[in-house]
Formats: sequence, structure tokens, C-alpha cells
Amino acid sequence: MLSLKLAYKNLIGAGLRTWLNVIVLSFSFVIIIWNKGLLNGWNEQAKRDMIDWQIGGGQYWQKDYDPYDMFTINESHSVIPDGISDDIQNGLLTPILINTATIYPEGRMQNVLLKGILPEQKILKLPTDKLQKNSDEISILIGSRMAESNKLQVGDYFTIRWRDANGTFDAADAKVVDIFHTNVPIVDQGKIWLSLEQLQKMLQAPNEATMLITENNSVEKEEISGWVFRGHDYLLKEMDNLIKMKSVGGSIFYGILLALALLAIFDTQILSIFRRQKEIGTEIALGMTRWQVVRLFTVEGAMYSVFAAILAAIYGIPLLTWQAKVGLAMPEGTDDYGLPIAKSIFPSYSIGLVIGTVLTIFIATVIVSYLPAKKISKMNPTDAIKGKIQ
Amino acid sequence: MQNSQIISIKNMKKQFPMGKGKFTALKNIDLTFDRGEFTGIVGPSGSGKTTLLNVIGSLDSPTEGKVITLGESIGALSHKKAANLRNKHIGFIFQTYNLLPVYTVYENVEFPLLLLKMPASKRKKAVLDSLEWLGLTDKIKSRPGQLSGGECQRVAVARAMVKIPEVVLADEPTANLDAENSHNILKMMVKLNKELKTTFIFATHDEKVIQYLRRQVVLKDGKVVNIKN
Repeated sequence: MLSLKLAYKNLIGAGLRTWLNVIVLSFSFVIIIWNKGLLNGWNEQAKRDMIDWQIGGGQYWQKDYDPYDMFTINESHSVIPDGISDDIQNGLLTPILINTATIYPEGRMQNVLLKGILPEQKILKLPTDKLQKNSDEISILIGSRMAESNKLQVGDYFTIRWRDANGTFDAADAKVVDIFHTNVPIVDQGKIWLSLEQLQKMLQAPNEATMLITENNSVEKEEISGWVFRGHDYLLKEMDNLIKMKSVGGSIFYGILLALALLAIFDTQILSIFRRQKEIGTEIALGMTRWQVVRLFTVEGAMYSVFAAILAAIYGIPLLTWQAKVGLAMPEGTDDYGLPIAKSIFPSYSIGLVIGTVLTIFIATVIVSYLPAKKISKMNPTDAIKGKIQ
Repeated sequence: MQNSQIISIKNMKKQFPMGKGKFTALKNIDLTFDRGEFTGIVGPSGSGKTTLLNVIGSLDSPTEGKVITLGESIGALSHKKAANLRNKHIGFIFQTYNLLPVYTVYENVEFPLLLLKMPASKRKKAVLDSLEWLGLTDKIKSRPGQLSGGECQRVAVARAMVKIPEVVLADEPTANLDAENSHNILKMMVKLNKELKTTFIFATHDEKVIQYLRRQVVLKDGKVVNIKN
């Protein structure tokens, strides 16, 4: 308590020197929290978008399906089990059939994945209701990236060539009925969405599917023979790894920032111990033990982080709250990064993030304050009283 | 040790390391100080006055011999016990005042009492009494930088006296003061010595101080060469 009281008086008494350190350290608090909050916000938004647009509540994969093996993808579908037809009708599951194909928009050629989906499904955000049912014409949905790269517009026709389940090549013209925009490039780039029934007909694979997407809130994931369930942990793993990599990059950035702030405190402490030798000697002469003086200097240093946290709260809370509300607009072109990035990222700050950051900075400050202060314990008080540099 | 005897020094030697050898600052010191003394250790610069004061005040320890201050053997004291002895029983006054620069006059004088963990109300009374003795009540909120040399030394005396110690060790207390301020300070010390029975031991070569002393221990080259009563 005495150390706290004296440290407080010393810091307030030191005036500008104290406030400069406090301001620099408070920047660290705010920038670290903002930076981590931004990554958290992106992570949450990206996962939410991936769930909404691509993975739902998890997916049952036909046992041979491997999204990274284009050679087996056309064989990785089987008949939808009878036992789940009620779930499909009730909107708890939606089957998707996948097959490779080649499209020829305006005479050019591009390999794509055809994805058959129920037009009436509500599990994924895709505007599948635009797909025409029971039509002889192949109506297709594409994403805005796909449309842009192939210069396609709503109402355009192009040729699709595919191989059916028997290995026979076939081709037909398809009409673009809608172009959707999504933050998840994987459902857009190189993908052609059409009605499940249509694709089953094209492939001569009636009632077959490659995967079954579950509704996000359905809790029970029952085992389906011949199908393997892939949950969020599995399907979002790549996204998690990407965010972790970004976090490491972010950590280096705020490590540098924190190091600069701590260096200022370390420097101040070293300078204080040299400049305040007379004061240290006097305090010892007046009855403080050396360790009490070490503690006083350490508390003084640690108190910078307390002041900085208070200052950071004063200007940081309104600033970060405002930023969380308006979001941070992403620059043009982020759509092409291949990552699920929204037009604006809304930082997300958790109590854990704030407390964790405050504690990390506090502990780091205590350590950099203690290290130079330890020197006091070796000082000769009679020389210190005279202010002799030791 | 008799009851009135509060400091006893027997065959004390103090050496400091100097290069590869040692420098002897004090040797063959045999002295005693009684309660209520107003004594000065006098001698030219480098004679060992400050070193002797530091050893008596437990800021330093003897290389050889025995120094007993208020019943505590200085050489055998741990840092903690030495700090405790200084905190409770010894007041220091320094040539350069050594006031804590960021504290006000009140806070400087209060400092030793904070270390003693004295209750707030008692502390306030003691600080105000001490400042009143020294005529500093109008300077309570001033900081050392705003005071004259004489005022700073009065604050230092108030700080040394506030806990009513048994011994006050004053190292060249008038060295930075003019004649008028020196006499004022010394008169106050004499008064405190009489009223509170506090022992004052000075390290000085200032004639202005010497004329107030009731006993002089004369040091030369680290040895006691004369004791004048």
C-alpha cells in the first residue's frame, strides 16, 4: 500500500515524463486490441459466411468424395438413402450433386464444377429459387466473380460439356438466370449451380448426390451408412489455420509495438535509477529497506500500465466501439484474394481479449520495471546519498 | 553500557577498497556518546567525519571493531534490521538537504512516518507540530524547488525530528547556508535538543556550528586526535 501511494506521488510529480510514457503505452493497448479485434471480427464473419453459403451445419460426404481429387469426383456420388427423404422434405438436409464439366462462354473454354442443388432449399444462402424447375432449358446460377471472369450476364447462354455417369460426353446450352454476390469465393469461382434434378438427368444419375448439407441448427448428426459426416471443426479447419497465420503476423506487429513502449519504460527506469540515486540513498537513510526501494521503483513502472489502461479506456472505448459499429471498409480487389472477406470487417472485442491484453502488458511492464530496479539492491547507500553514479 | 550511553565505539576500523588495495578511512576509534549530547565530529575534509557518522547511523558497517548504536551491533545487522533502526530511532540531516523533489514540504516531512505506518490522524498532528517548530507552516504545499536553501534545510530538520528520534546525525548541515540561516537552524537544533532530549551528532568543520557544540571529537587522518568538552 505504501509503495502504491509513494509510486503514485512520484509518477504524478514526474509530470510530462510520466505522461509521455503513458500515452505511448496506451497506444499499444488500443492498437493491440483493435488489431486482434479486427482478426476476431474477420474470423467470425468469414466462418459465419462459410456456414451460410457453403457448409451449413456440417456435411455428409459420399464415402469416396475427396474435394481435392478431380479424378474421382465424378464417381463420388450415390443414391440418396431412403431414410432421410423426410429430413430433405422438412428442410433439415439438402443434397448436392457435383460433377466436373467444361464451359465455352463466348468461344473460350473453362473447366468448372457443376453443382446440382434443390431450388427450394433454404439451408444455404444461394438464391436457388431462381433456378427453374421442370424446364427443358438448363438454367444456371453463377457468382459475380465467375460472371466477371467469363464476361457473362443474366440471360446469356453458353455451352456446357460434361460426361454422364456412364462416361459418355454430352453437351447442351445453359442460360444464366441469376448472378449472386457472396463473400465466399469458393462457392463462386469455377462453380455452376443448377437444379439437382436437372443435373441428375444430365448425368443419368437419378436420385444421386455427392454430399448432404445439414441445416445449421439441427443438433443431432446421425450416422448414415455409406456417408461420412464432416462437422464445422473439419470444414472450417483451413479457415482457422489461415486466421492463426494472420494472428502470428499480427502478433509480430504488436510485439514490435509493445517492445517500443516497453523500451520507453525500461529507458525511463534506467534513467530514473541514475538520476534518482540521491533520492534512493535518502529513502534508505530514512528507513526504507533496499527491497522496499526496488519494490517502489517496480510499482512505479507497473503503474505506467495502469495509467495507460485508464487513458486507453478513455479514448479507446469510444473509438473501438465506433469502429465495431461502422466496420473497416476493405479495399477494392479483396474479392480476388480467394478468401472470404466481406466488404467491411467489423472488429469483435471480447472480454477475454481485453483482459488478456491488459494482463500481458501489465506483466511485461512489471518485468521491464523490475529488471533495472534490481540494481538498487546492490547500491551503496552512502554513495547514493551523495548522488554518486554507481 | 550505562543507561545514558547510547552509542559505543570500540577499536573501530573502516577500510574501503581502492584499486587493488584498501584505503583506511578510520582507525583505532574508541568513543562513546551519551543521551542528550550536542556533539560534533570535527576535522578537515577527508578526515573521516562522514564515514564515522554513516557507520553510527548503520548506513555503513565497520571493517573491524565494534559499534553499538542504541543497543544494536552495527556490524551484525542485516539490511532489514539496519533499516528498522534508522526508521525508528535515527534522524538524518544532509549537507545538500536531500529532500524528495516531487513531494511537497508536508509530504517530505510525512515520509518517515509513512514508513513507520503511523495512523493518519497521529501522523498529521506530528507533521504539523514539526513544521510549526521549524516555522514552516506557510510552506506546507511548496515543493523543494520553490524553497530557499535555509528553508530546505529547515524542512530537512523537520523531517529528521518529526518522529522524535533518539539520535539525529547531521552531516555538514550548514555547508550550503549563509551565516544567518546557519545560526537560525542551529538555534532550532539546540532548542530541540533541550526540549526533546534528542542527541545531536554533527560532522562539520564549520566554525559557525562548532561554537554551538558542547563536545567536540576532533578527527585527523581517520584517527581521534582530541576530545574537547
